[in-house]
Amino acid sequence: MSAIPPPPAVRLEAVSKRFGEHTAVETVTLAIAAGEFFSLLGPSGCGKTTTLRIVAGFETPSAGSVFLNEVEITERPAHLRKIGMVFQHYALFPHLSVFENIAFPLRLRRTEGGDMRQRVSHALEMVRLPGLAGRMPAQLSGGQQQRVALARALVFHPSVVLLDEPLGALDLKLRKAMQLELKTLQREIGLTFVYVTHDQEEALTMSDRMAVMDRGRVLQVGDPRSIYERPASRFVADFIGVSNFLPGRVREVGVEATIELDGGAVVRAGPEQLTVGQTVTIAVRPERTRLAGAPGEATVGPEGRWNVLPGVIRELIYTGSDTQYFVELGPAGVVMVRVPNDTPPEGRHQARPGERVWVRWEVGSTAVLLA
Amino acid sequence: MRHRTWPLPAYYFALLALLYLPLAILLLFAFNSGTILVFPLKGLTLRWFGQLFATEALMRSLRNSLLVAAGSSVVATALATCGAIAFVRFRFKGKGLFITVALLPLYVPFVVLGVSLLLFFSTLGVPRSLLTIGAAHSVVSLPYALLIVTARLVGFDPHLEEAAMSLGANYWQTLRRVILPLIAPAIVAAWLTAFTVSFDEFAIANLVVGREPTLPVYLYSQLRMTSRLPLVVAMAAVVMVGTLSIFLALAWLRRILASTPASAAGATSALTARA
Repeated sequence: MSAIPPPPAVRLEAVSKRFGEHTAVETVTLAIAAGEFFSLLGPSGCGKTTTLRIVAGFETPSAGSVFLNEVEITERPAHLRKIGMVFQHYALFPHLSVFENIAFPLRLRRTEGGDMRQRVSHALEMVRLPGLAGRMPAQLSGGQQQRVALARALVFHPSVVLLDEPLGALDLKLRKAMQLELKTLQREIGLTFVYVTHDQEEALTMSDRMAVMDRGRVLQVGDPRSIYERPASRFVADFIGVSNFLPGRVREVGVEATIELDGGAVVRAGPEQLTVGQTVTIAVRPERTRLAGAPGEATVGPEGRWNVLPGVIRELIYTGSDTQYFVELGPAGVVMVRVPNDTPPEGRHQARPGERVWVRWEVGSTAVLLA
Repeated sequence: MRHRTWPLPAYYFALLALLYLPLAILLLFAFNSGTILVFPLKGLTLRWFGQLFATEALMRSLRNSLLVAAGSSVVATALATCGAIAFVRFRFKGKGLFITVALLPLYVPFVVLGVSLLLFFSTLGVPRSLLTIGAAHSVVSLPYALLIVTARLVGFDPHLEEAAMSLGANYWQTLRRVILPLIAPAIVAAWLTAFTVSFDEFAIANLVVGREPTLPVYLYSQLRMTSRLPLVVAMAAVVMVGTLSIFLALAWLRRILASTPASAAGATSALTARA
């Protein structure tokens, strides 16, 4: 595990992009490793697409540098970068057949005829569309068009493929299937993918690592697990999945941090870089919380220690796979507790609105966010 | 509701009559064997068409018109295509001014344009000829061509050009392999429109004409002689049939424009407005 990490395939160094008064990208620094599936995630207008377009060469950064395999390409025109790109609306050439669309980059490189045909048909097989070479783009479904666009972006062996919300125009079922397929394909060919999406679930499912962006800035970079479990800010915790937020103040720091919530209840968190008296927000995922009928039952955790808070059930919603309880914890606020409907009997608490319950979660599942 | 709808068909047929009755009468008189344009017809004949082709001055003016229309439409279409690409795809200073200036000939009466061009040419000492008419026609048909090509360019996905570039095409390769093939139907439509604008333009041509007249100028000069009237009528019938063919070609192009994914509703309506 002590091997030297491979040089990054794509590196951005303090890249900014301003359009007049508006700053679309603000000092973004990123290193994307070769062979990595890297996602840029954020709400619309967060600068993720502009960042991708800077890597593609469609936008020139106002400041900062872009490197491809550690060679600076900041000023290099798009057509000399050898970076594949897949667009949300496919951008297939409507006047060319599927074959000619995929052969387009090969013809520009004057690939010899036999070799070209072989590479086109290989690319079509890779995206599982053999036999459609003669069709025109308008005769294909959205999913098929996206596969052709992908084949076209792969066929000239680019060192990086950029994908700008490539599944955004597909319906949900097809999108799920394509997510898996894209990920498998990427792993098989071992190519670097930079993937832009506003869909946090998509980013979590597919990425090796991801960057969460907001208002032109990168807020957090990490693998899906660390981003989900250890969000660095309220924005990230809120944007990725669902979180319960409870405001409080740091009372003690040490091996554990102790935080006093509004109303006086006390919860504990792991060792965090905190100072006594600081105003913080704790975040807890609904699926990490449990309900119990009595505090005693709650404190006897199978492993580790638990935060236990008394509350009153205000609402419960059955969603099929699980049940969501909205529990009022007094002045501290309302938390959502998600209990899978297949939880073994001892963990399942049959509760009704108005009933007094105890909400508990592991100390280690408590994320502490500054303000 | 039913009794209220009768004005609509009546209105429609009145419109049709107003539009096509004069044309039908024209066609009819083109075959009239008498020299005076009155009913009843004296008899049917193809004589006038024969004379048409035998009248050298008339054939010359037709040739002049075709030359001027061909030349000016090519110039106008080439300028319009470059202008449209610049206007739709590039950001530059003074773009608004550029568009306004390019479209201005649409709003200036042709007589005014004709007089000012006449003054312009005579001030510069340019001898009036087919070239001066051609130059004038290039100017007045430019806005039509510009609107048609622009509508097509606006209608297609700008990501197509970026896709081409990401695949390794430089700007000229992108232009040749992607942009031009996609706007080709619009270029042809623009050219045909510019051609017809030039071909039947009279007001300007009549002012800047030199020794060689174009067809409309020649026909107008012949109207003063009643004996020549049947010839003029026959020529008008021929021109009408020719124009109709161009119109049909435009309708066909419109269908191509509408059926390709890069379809531009604007181009279609621009053509409709012209036709």
